[in-house]
Amino acid sequence: MGATASQLDTGKLSEYEELTFLTKQEILLAYKRFDKLVPKEEKNRIDYRVRMEDILELPELKFNPFKERICKVFSTSDKKDGSLDFDDFLDFLSAFSESATLEIKSHYAFHIFDFEDDGTLGRQDLKQLVNCLTGKADKTSLTADEMKQLINNILAESDIDKDGTVNLSEFQHVISRSPDFVSSFKIVL
Amino acid sequence: MDSVFNIDIREHIPNNPLLYQPPSYDSLLYRRKSSTIGSKRRSSSRGRFGSLNSVKSGGSTIKRQDDIEKSLLEERPVRELAKSMKEKRAVRDQRSLKAQDLSDWGQWRQNTRRCLKRLKDNAEDRLSSLKLWRSDIRQIEARFGTGILSYFSFLRFLVVLNLVIFLLMFCFIMLPIIIIPYTSANITQNDQDHGSVCSVYPSSTRLGLVIFHEHITDLLSGGGFLEQTYLFYGFYKVDKIQYPNGTYNLALAYLLATIAYLLVSLIWIVKRSATGFKQNLVKDEDSFQCFCNKIFAGWDFCITNEKVADLKRSSLLYELRTDLEEERIKQEKAKRTRKDKCQIYSLRLVLNVFVMVVLAACFYSIYLATTFSQEQQRKQVKVNFIMDLIHEYLPSIVITLANFLTPLLFSVIINFEDYSPAFEIRFTLIRCVFMRLTSIGVLLFSLWSQITNCGEEPCLCGYNTALYSCWETRVGQEMYKLTVFDFIIIVAVTILVEFPRKLIVTYWKSGLSDWWGEQEFAIPQNVLEIVYGQTICWIGAFYCPVLPAICTIKYFLIFYVKKLSLIQNCRPSTRPFRASSSNFFFLGVLLIGLSLACVPVTVSVAQINSSRACGPFVNYNTSWEALTASVMELPHGAQTFLYALSSEAFAVSFFVVSCLAMFYVIALAGAHKRVISQLKDQLVMGGRDKHFLILKLLQAQRLSQAQPRASGSKSRSRGSPSYHTSFNSDFPEGLLLVHPVPNSSTQV
Repeated sequence: MGATASQLDTGKLSEYEELTFLTKQEILLAYKRFDKLVPKEEKNRIDYRVRMEDILELPELKFNPFKERICKVFSTSDKKDGSLDFDDFLDFLSAFSESATLEIKSHYAFHIFDFEDDGTLGRQDLKQLVNCLTGKADKTSLTADEMKQLINNILAESDIDKDGTVNLSEFQHVISRSPDFVSSFKIVL
Repeated sequence: MDSVFNIDIREHIPNNPLLYQPPSYDSLLYRRKSSTIGSKRRSSSRGRFGSLNSVKSGGSTIKRQDDIEKSLLEERPVRELAKSMKEKRAVRDQRSLKAQDLSDWGQWRQNTRRCLKRLKDNAEDRLSSLKLWRSDIRQIEARFGTGILSYFSFLRFLVVLNLVIFLLMFCFIMLPIIIIPYTSANITQNDQDHGSVCSVYPSSTRLGLVIFHEHITDLLSGGGFLEQTYLFYGFYKVDKIQYPNGTYNLALAYLLATIAYLLVSLIWIVKRSATGFKQNLVKDEDSFQCFCNKIFAGWDFCITNEKVADLKRSSLLYELRTDLEEERIKQEKAKRTRKDKCQIYSLRLVLNVFVMVVLAACFYSIYLATTFSQEQQRKQVKVNFIMDLIHEYLPSIVITLANFLTPLLFSVIINFEDYSPAFEIRFTLIRCVFMRLTSIGVLLFSLWSQITNCGEEPCLCGYNTALYSCWETRVGQEMYKLTVFDFIIIVAVTILVEFPRKLIVTYWKSGLSDWWGEQEFAIPQNVLEIVYGQTICWIGAFYCPVLPAICTIKYFLIFYVKKLSLIQNCRPSTRPFRASSSNFFFLGVLLIGLSLACVPVTVSVAQINSSRACGPFVNYNTSWEALTASVMELPHGAQTFLYALSSEAFAVSFFVVSCLAMFYVIALAGAHKRVISQLKDQLVMGGRDKHFLILKLLQAQRLSQAQPRASGSKSRSRGSPSYHTSFNSDFPEGLLLVHPVPNSSTQV
């Protein structure tokens, strides 16, 4: 990590261009923004991991109800603390870029919505998801009856094999027929 | 052994990756391997979350599975794999190692493919950065979400469309006339009726001392000094132009340019709405996926503002509550008694009749206003400056008033009709659309009745020469006035209504400000406004070739006015407008406008006699005759071909063939729907079968482990099938499953 954006040499730049859906300008901008989060002492370390708390301060994520989940999903840290290094940061931006495929987006969306990390979206996951979307995370905005009716409807629409949970294939199937997904699952720096 | 078959299906099954794959997954993998195109749906087997999905190897079969997967993954670029950056690098290095094994020819091919792809990406990137207003629209998207974004990108589309139409008219109609002085060309005008009363066209430029405000009147009404300029049809009194190289038939070009711009608009709009239409159709055919769409795709990840995020939350809550309520209402409606139904239907009938009466009253008032205005203009009664302007603009004023009052009336009436909330919104919109677009039609109809009405005797020249020596210019002037007035109203409402409202609500807290509330950006009304303007442009472009350029400038300015109003005055609407359905809605309304615009143009081209005193069609009876006259000059073969195309036999057979095609497609869609429901049932069955088999295996496993070791080892040495361990740390005993050998048919 250097003080100026030109420290990201062209070799690495073209490698990142090949491995992500971002353009050169987007990668350089991401580098600039990431560099601001790195404290001065650590600027010479190549794979410094920015803490989750600092990532959550980014204006693009600050008011996003899924910000903690995003950090946890894209983090490759062994400590599972949600810290991101520059590679993870680029992965995150690539998945949310305009040119990412529907498959990539739905894959990561599934894991972001999977609050319990058990590989499926069960009733509890869906309940937490609805709470994130409609109210403060700890306070439920819908009544218990409404929530039950809503989750029953969601499962009726998306659970194909009727096992009470939505797995990745079912999720991707539902998303492929959802017209709003591509336009809303997008973050641009 | 009976206990094996009596399995409680709700018994807890430990998580296993095989459960999550639809049946015949292996056959699917094999099918994919044989076809070179990898489907983009199921790469989940090697997801990022390896704890459950990773395959910890153990057998030869597993290696084969890996090989198959690897060869599949090689088809796709590295960045489409859902892995971390480190893993993607590893995959890429592996592939480049493999690529080095290839011959020089293979390597060269791969390199060129990669280079071309990179070039294409760069080019696309450059093109998209050239798009008009890219940063502005992105700003709006971040603050207000994708619903309002769709309005502004629609506006951008209209600007570009109008520019293209203007370029079309300019190149084929204006440019030949403009370059006449620079090339040695001759104009031919056949003045056969020279001297007859039909070809008298008095000049309308003001003579003598002209007062300043009369210039403004002229500018706003398209009369006076503007009348005989490039602006209006009447100026193009040229039939053919003789260039040194050949002859340019301007009359024919004028007609063909009109047809061309209508066709270009149609094709462009249809192309743009194709994707939205498909999705809407799918959504309606299948059981509404509205809940899944709202929950999984409901959050706009581009929101960066806290207030907007809160608003999004509350609007999502509102939407969900509305949908749930709608479901409950539907269930209640099914329980309605016959008496209730009769009551509701009769009430609806009465209200619909009332709505039609109101519409008829509006149309009649427009007709009266138009006739009055035309009379005043004819009589040249000059009261004073303001009254003159009002007389000129009377039809526009009446239309705007009607378009302002009727939506309020409709939204009040719809409350009594007891429809579901979603249908209420849609129905009110349909009524407003109908009102707006038909009012233009009524205006044109009243103009037409004035033009072709000469009192008791039949018209001498086919139209009322005494009043309208050049009726096309007059129609063009009316369209010009409508456009200008529309623009003035939009700007005036923003400045004089929305800004004060914002000031009052912010600085003067009172009952009035609470009741009135902050301005919401009402998308449907705004869209209707600009579609109305575009319809006028399409109709008027035939009579006023510069009108598309005026509309381009008008929409360009409206973009900035609306953006300013949005940012300063408005808060996002609490009634959210879904981005996907909005695109379809905008383009659908635009198509209705286009089809409505075609009617007056067709009628005036084909039916009404063209002016004898002005315009390119002086030598013809109707404008359409220019085309038929030039067809007659074509070689005989082409003539018979064109006549055959326009004959009734061809039209009828074409109609029959397209009906057949439509029925075939509808039948195909119905068959597909049946297949889909069958497949869904199959999937459910397949899931249940899997549960059953896995429970059976569990039981068999428990039984075999309970038996002494000796028999256990015997059973293990017996078989050749390989095993793999499911990687689930939560599960105390490792679940040993037979991994299906690919060659055997284990299709569930």
